[in-house]
Amino acid sequence: MRALTWHGTGDVRVDTVSDPEIINSRDAIIKITSTAICGSDLHLYDGVIPGVKPGDVLGHEFMGEVVETGLGSNLKKGQRVVVPFTISCGGCFHCKQQQYSACDNSNPVEKQDMSATLYGQPMSALFGYSHLTGGYSGGQAEYVRVPFSDVGPIVIPDHLDDDQVLFLSDILPTGWMGAENADIQPDDTVAVWGCGPVGLFAIQSAIVMGASKVIAIDHYPNRLALAKQLGAQTIDFRETDVREALMEMSGGIGVDAVIDAVGMESHGFAIDNMIDVVKQKVGMGFDRASALKQAILAVRFGGKVSIPGVYGGMSDKWPLGAMMEKGLQIRGGQTHVQKYTEDLLAKIEDGTLDTTFLISHRLPLEQAAEGYKNFKEQQNEWTKVILKPGMEN
Amino acid sequence: MDHKLRTGAGLSGIVLGAGALAFGAFLSNRHRNRGQDNSPNYTKRQPEGDHAQVGRSVTIRKPRSELFTYWREFQNLPGFMENVEAIDESGADGVFTWKIKAPAGRHVDVRTEISSEKQGEHIAWRSVEGSDIATCGEVRFKDAPGERGTRVSLVMSYDPPAGALVRAVANIFLREPQVQARHDLKRLKMLMETGEIATSVRTRGETRAAKQETE
Repeated sequence: MRALTWHGTGDVRVDTVSDPEIINSRDAIIKITSTAICGSDLHLYDGVIPGVKPGDVLGHEFMGEVVETGLGSNLKKGQRVVVPFTISCGGCFHCKQQQYSACDNSNPVEKQDMSATLYGQPMSALFGYSHLTGGYSGGQAEYVRVPFSDVGPIVIPDHLDDDQVLFLSDILPTGWMGAENADIQPDDTVAVWGCGPVGLFAIQSAIVMGASKVIAIDHYPNRLALAKQLGAQTIDFRETDVREALMEMSGGIGVDAVIDAVGMESHGFAIDNMIDVVKQKVGMGFDRASALKQAILAVRFGGKVSIPGVYGGMSDKWPLGAMMEKGLQIRGGQTHVQKYTEDLLAKIEDGTLDTTFLISHRLPLEQAAEGYKNFKEQQNEWTKVILKPGMEN
Repeated sequence: MDHKLRTGAGLSGIVLGAGALAFGAFLSNRHRNRGQDNSPNYTKRQPEGDHAQVGRSVTIRKPRSELFTYWREFQNLPGFMENVEAIDESGADGVFTWKIKAPAGRHVDVRTEISSEKQGEHIAWRSVEGSDIATCGEVRFKDAPGERGTRVSLVMSYDPPAGALVRAVANIFLREPQVQARHDLKRLKMLMETGEIATSVRTRGETRAAKQETE
């Protein structure tokens, strides 16, 4: 089959690789109809996530048609499904508590040691996202093997097209959980750093959850315009002193909740961020956390900090004093996708949530490398890229 | 001047002596205070006893009796123990032979007998005459709190003693025993909780089983 494979920093190619097969009984094979490039794929593209190997098939936002099932799968051939990016067994302690992205059993044993050393306990598995999270082949391909196919995939009714539901795989539930982790109350002012796809969905979710005011922070005019279109107020951080502005826009209190939808490669001209850029380049640290540091200083005493943005390693010059003295609640984590898919599918069907507004480009799979390059380098215009393996070149 | 120097030397001698005493007291105190530490022996920086000991626990969401029964059926163990090829009951004297894979395609035979067992609680074994390695081990099953299932602990001791084991490992085992125990227990957990052992390979030709067949 044809698949997008990683070869090094800034080097991804569509290659011919072996077709996936059923290995375990609960597996299914899906023929991909739509697959997206995620903002977090750019961390792989930029080489800042450890444990990626040349030849790895990327992609963790995908959907398609069931073409083969193992004996333990409850899917049927011909069904259209969206597959969560988190691989979860459904039977362990964490899955039983709906902490699907902390599944004990999806990351192969021999792959668990690296993350257990980094984080104290091993990570769960994700599709197409380094060997730290299992080394599973991803969905930017013609076909994909889906383990535990009786727990993850959600069957899609025929009247919804791919563009409406594809983002149930990751960015929609990730934005939703980002807002949920901010524990939004009706009178809250919520600030969201980053108007990429996850930030935009976090903004939309915060509004649906009833926040009184949502403030979006970015510097790309087109992305800020999308946030405005959703009903958010906006701050361009290149034009404005963000902390000063947030204090004023929250009536001198500080914002009630902050959401960091930027993650480990945040922009910023502060001196500590420039040092972090250098360290990341030479492999001495992974995370540039300037957005998150700014968020922790902007949030009010007793406020809430939600981190859907991806971080992988360590950060120094951490505002530990602010975190403790202000009595903050801090929540992060990979998304428990399976917990949200059913509810969010219903919200798409009844029109509460629209997921199509941010799609800027649809490309054949063969042009995936071009998609990565433009999504990284032209962030103003390229807001979200969908790859279609079946599309004519 | 001389006098001062000598006094200085004398003083530093006293300081050093006091330091050594304090350090000795610290060491012996550390040993004595072990009564205040509930951690398992195999997690100690300096384990007690003459033998190298490794151990690991895992919590499995299944009832104690089910896990005990599965383990007691020794033919099941190679299904999740990576380096154990087969376990055969040899003869009528209750001796089991564990055929263990060693580096470079070699094998080690470990002959054991059950030294103690209690239904649903523990199984202990020790090596007997004719075994390639002197070892003993025990698996314990305890109820975990609430709905969490069962805490399974695997503890094994080896002769040679601690220091020599590290050197012996390279010849005898595929992996360090501590790592092997951790991996094996995780595989058991996967098998019990999900019915399968997770793998990220894309084709059947890449699986462990397929690779073993072609070896």
